[in-house]
Amino acid sequence: MDANAVYQKPTVEEIAQILPAKFSAVKVVKTEERRVYATLPRENLFEVCTYIHDNLTFEHCSTVIGVDYIDHLATVYHLTNYYNGVMIELAVDIPADDMHVDSVTPIWEGANWHERETWELFGIVFDNHPKLERLLTPETYEFFPFRKSYKLRGSE
Amino acid sequence: MTDSIVPIKEIEENMEKMDTDKMWVIMGPQHPFSHGLWTLKVQLDGEIVTDAEPIVGYLHRGWEKETENREYPKIIPMADRLCYAASMTYTHLYCMTVEKALGIDIPEKAKYIRIVADEVCRIQSHLMWLAAVGTDLGNLTVFLWCMREREYFLDLNVKLCGARMTTNYPRIGGVRNDTTDLFDRDILRTVDRFEKALWDIIYLIDDSSIFVSRMKGISILTREQVANVGLTGPAMRGCGVDFDIRRDDPYDNYDKVDFEVPVLTAGDSYSRYMIRVEEMFQSCDIIRQAVQKVKALGKNAPYRIKTPSKVPAGTTFTRLEDPRGESLMYLVSDGTDRPWRLKVRSPIFVNVSSAKLQSVGTRIADVPAVLAQIDMCLGETDR
Amino acid sequence: MQYSSIHEWITFTDLMSNPYVPFDTYNLPFDIGYRLWEILGGLIAWLVNLIWPGNPISIWLVDEQVLVLFGLILFMVIIFLVAFVVCLLVLWMERKVMGRMMDRRGTMIGLKGFMQCVGDGFKTFMKENTIPTKVDKMTYIWCVSLIVGLSCLVACMIPLSYRWYVVDYDSGLLIIMAFFALAPFLILVSGWAQNNKYSLIGGMRAAELMISYEVPMLIIIATVSLMAGSFNIGDIIYFQNEHLWNIVPMCIGAVVFFACAVAEAERVPFDIAEAEAELVEGWQTEYAGMKWGLIMLGDYLRGTVSCGMFTILFLGGWTLPFIGDASQWAYLPIPELVFLLKNFLVFFFMILTRCALARVRTDQILNIGWKVFMPLAVVNLMIVVLLKDGGVF
Repeated sequence: MDANAVYQKPTVEEIAQILPAKFSAVKVVKTEERRVYATLPRENLFEVCTYIHDNLTFEHCSTVIGVDYIDHLATVYHLTNYYNGVMIELAVDIPADDMHVDSVTPIWEGANWHERETWELFGIVFDNHPKLERLLTPETYEFFPFRKSYKLRGSE
Repeated sequence: MTDSIVPIKEIEENMEKMDTDKMWVIMGPQHPFSHGLWTLKVQLDGEIVTDAEPIVGYLHRGWEKETENREYPKIIPMADRLCYAASMTYTHLYCMTVEKALGIDIPEKAKYIRIVADEVCRIQSHLMWLAAVGTDLGNLTVFLWCMREREYFLDLNVKLCGARMTTNYPRIGGVRNDTTDLFDRDILRTVDRFEKALWDIIYLIDDSSIFVSRMKGISILTREQVANVGLTGPAMRGCGVDFDIRRDDPYDNYDKVDFEVPVLTAGDSYSRYMIRVEEMFQSCDIIRQAVQKVKALGKNAPYRIKTPSKVPAGTTFTRLEDPRGESLMYLVSDGTDRPWRLKVRSPIFVNVSSAKLQSVGTRIADVPAVLAQIDMCLGETDR
Repeated sequence: MQYSSIHEWITFTDLMSNPYVPFDTYNLPFDIGYRLWEILGGLIAWLVNLIWPGNPISIWLVDEQVLVLFGLILFMVIIFLVAFVVCLLVLWMERKVMGRMMDRRGTMIGLKGFMQCVGDGFKTFMKENTIPTKVDKMTYIWCVSLIVGLSCLVACMIPLSYRWYVVDYDSGLLIIMAFFALAPFLILVSGWAQNNKYSLIGGMRAAELMISYEVPMLIIIATVSLMAGSFNIGDIIYFQNEHLWNIVPMCIGAVVFFACAVAEAERVPFDIAEAEAELVEGWQTEYAGMKWGLIMLGDYLRGTVSCGMFTILFLGGWTLPFIGDASQWAYLPIPELVFLLKNFLVFFFMILTRCALARVRTDQILNIGWKVFMPLAVVNLMIVVLLKDGGVF
C-alpha cells in the first residue's frame, strides 16, 4: 500500500490500513460496510484532513458536529467519497479547559457554517476559520446554549 | 461620432470621475423570494450581483437541545416539524438512526412502506419547489398547477396515515400502521395521473423560450466547486456529481428497487431544474415497484416490531437522501431513554451557505430563480 | 312667469341647433349629458321658480350657454364612468380567465365575482393613508396623482365610436401616444422619490423598459398612419373598413405591437418594473392603501388603452365587415359594443400571455426590443411601403 498515491475509490479496508500507516496518531476504531470510524488527537486534524481530501479523494465534508461530554468536548467530522459512497467518521477529543481545534474550512468550504454553528452553540473555537461569527443565535447572545451546563427548564 | 457635441473622450473621463458606488440590497426576511424567514444581503453593481451574504437563524428553536430532554419515541413528532414540505423523510431518518443504535432490523414490509412514503414526500416536496420556481420566474400558472398536483399526494398521505403534512408515521421498529385497503390502487392511479399532469407543466415551462432563457447558462457551477461547498441533492447532481445516497449508500430496501439517478454536467440553473423534474418521474417508478413489493408480502406480514425504550451507550449516524439533499443524523446515546446528543445535518443549511457562490455574477432578477433551485426550507435550516 | 308649467322649463331641443355646442359632429355622450341637464336643470329651475317666481337663476339655468356648460360636465362624468366600468370589467375578466387557466374559479363574490372588484376598490379606499417618513413627500404624493390622472386622461381619450369621442383631432393618435408614454417618466421619478432601493431599481427598470419598446411601437404607429394616410383615428378606422383590417397585411406589425402594448401596460412578461419576485413590488413598494389602489386602477386603465390602441390600429375599431359602423341603426349602440368587444378580445389574449409566460430579464427585454422588435417593425414598414407603392391600397 503506497501511502502517498492518490486513490479515487479507496475501499474500507484500504482506508483502515493507510490511515494508521501514514499517521501513527490515527486509530481506526471500527469499520462497517462503507463506514470507517477513526479517532485522532486534535494536533493532527488538519494534516490528516488534507491527506484524506487530497489523496483519498474525500471531496465532501458532510458535517462538523460538536458534542459535550462534560469532562471533555468532542468534534466529529463526517467525510464522504463521491465515487463509492464510503464515509469516514473522525472524532477529535477537545479538553474542556482549552477549546481550540483547527478549522477544516480551508479544505472543505462546506464545513464553514457547521463550524460557525458549533462555535456558537458549544464555544469550540476553530482556529484559522475565515469568519467565526454567530449564525443562528443573535449577535448579542452571551451563552453557549448546547453545553450540558446550560439547563433546559424541564430537565432538572 | 466625430461631430458629437461632447467629445467621446471627455464623456469617458467624466464617467471615470463619476462617483459610483455599489449598493447593498437586503432581501428578506419578509420578501417574496425568500420562501421562509431568511435574509439575503446582495451587493449590486448596477443590476449585477457582486457579493452576497445569506443570514439565517430567525427560526432557530434549539431543536437538538430539546431532544435531549425527551424520550426517544417522543422525538418522532418533533422530527416531523423539521421540514414541513417532506416531513416523512426526517422522521424516517430519525427512526433509522435509533434502530441502528439499537442494532435491530425492521420487517421488510415496513421498509417498503417507508420507501413509498419517502417517495410520495419527495414528489410533494419537488412539486412545492416547482411551484416556487414558477412564482420566482413571475408565472402563477405553474404555481397553481403544481399545488393542485400536490393535493393528490397529500391525499395519499391522508390515506396512508390520516394526516396531510405532519404525518408522524414512521416508528422506531417499523411504521405506525399497515397500508389501508385499496391504498395500492389509489397510489397507482395517482401516480399514473400525475405523470400525465407533470408533462403539462413541463410543456408549459420547457416549450417557453422565456422560461428556458431565464434558467439556461445562469449561475454555472463546476463539479469541484459543488463538491467543495457541500452542495448536495438534485442541485449537486445537476452540476455533474454522480452521487445519490439511495443508490450509492443504500438504506432500507433502496438496493432492491430499480431506478436511475439523473445526472447532468452543464451545471447551470436549467440543468438543476431538469434533475428535479426527472427525479419526480423516477420517484413514480420507485413507488410502483415498492407498492408491488408491499402487496406481494401479503396482508398479514409484520410491519412493526417491539423495541426497547433504552438505547445502549455509543454513537451512531445514518444518512438519507432527502428531497433536498443529504441529511444525516448523529446520535450520542448514554444508555438512558433519552439521547445525550442528537445532531441533524440539514442539506439546506449547507446549500444556503453557497448562496454567494451561486448568485455572484448573475443579475438581481436571476437571484430568486437561481436560489429557488436549492429549494429553501427554513424549518430544517435553523432547526 | 309665475307658477309656470314644468313643460316650460324642460324642453327637448335639437342638440345641433344650439350654436354653442363645441362638437362639429353628433356626440352621443354629450347628447346624453345635455339631455340629462335639460331635465335636471329644468327641474331645478322650475322648483326655484315656484318659490321665487321670476328669479334670474332659473332663467340662467336653462340658458343655451349654461346648458352646454353643464352638459359638458355631465359629459365628462359619463365618459369617465364608462372608462372606469370598462376597467372594472377588464379586471374582473382577468381574474376569472386567469382562474380558469390555473384550474381554480377566480373570484366568486356577487355577480359571478364582479362585486369582488368593487369590494377591493372600497377596501383600498378605506385604508389608512400612510406616508413613510423618509420619502420625498411632495413627489411621492404627486406622482400617484399624475400617473393615475394621465392614465384616466388617456383612457377617456380613446374613442368608442364615431359618435363617442372627446376630441376629434387630425393628430389624435399622436396625442394619445404622447400622453401614454409619459407614465414611465413619472414611474422613474416616484421610484426615486420613495427613497427605497427596490423602488429605485424598479424606476430605473421602467426607463430601461421604455427605451426598448417605445421605438418599435412608434414605428408601427407611423406605418399604420402611412397606410391610412392620416393620424386621425376615424380616418384610420374607415380606411380599414373600406379595404382590409390592418391585421392582415400587417400581421408582423400586429404581433410586435401586441408585445409592445403589453410592455406599455407593464404586464407579464414585461412587468420588470414591478417584478415582485426580486423587487417586492418594484416602484410601488412604498405605496399602500388608497394610493396603491389608485395605481392599480391606473395600471388597468392603461391596459384597456393598450387594447384600445390595438383595436384601433389593427382590428378596424368600431366597424365590422358588411355592416360597417352600423350607422343605419343609429339608435342601437352597436359600434360602441363592437369596439368594447374587440377590446376585451385583445385583453383576453393579454391574459393568456400573462398566464403562459414568465417574466423576462432587463437585458433580455433590451435585446428583444432592439434586435427582434425593431427589425420586425422595419420589415413591416417595408411591406407596407411595397403594398402602397404597388398600388394594392
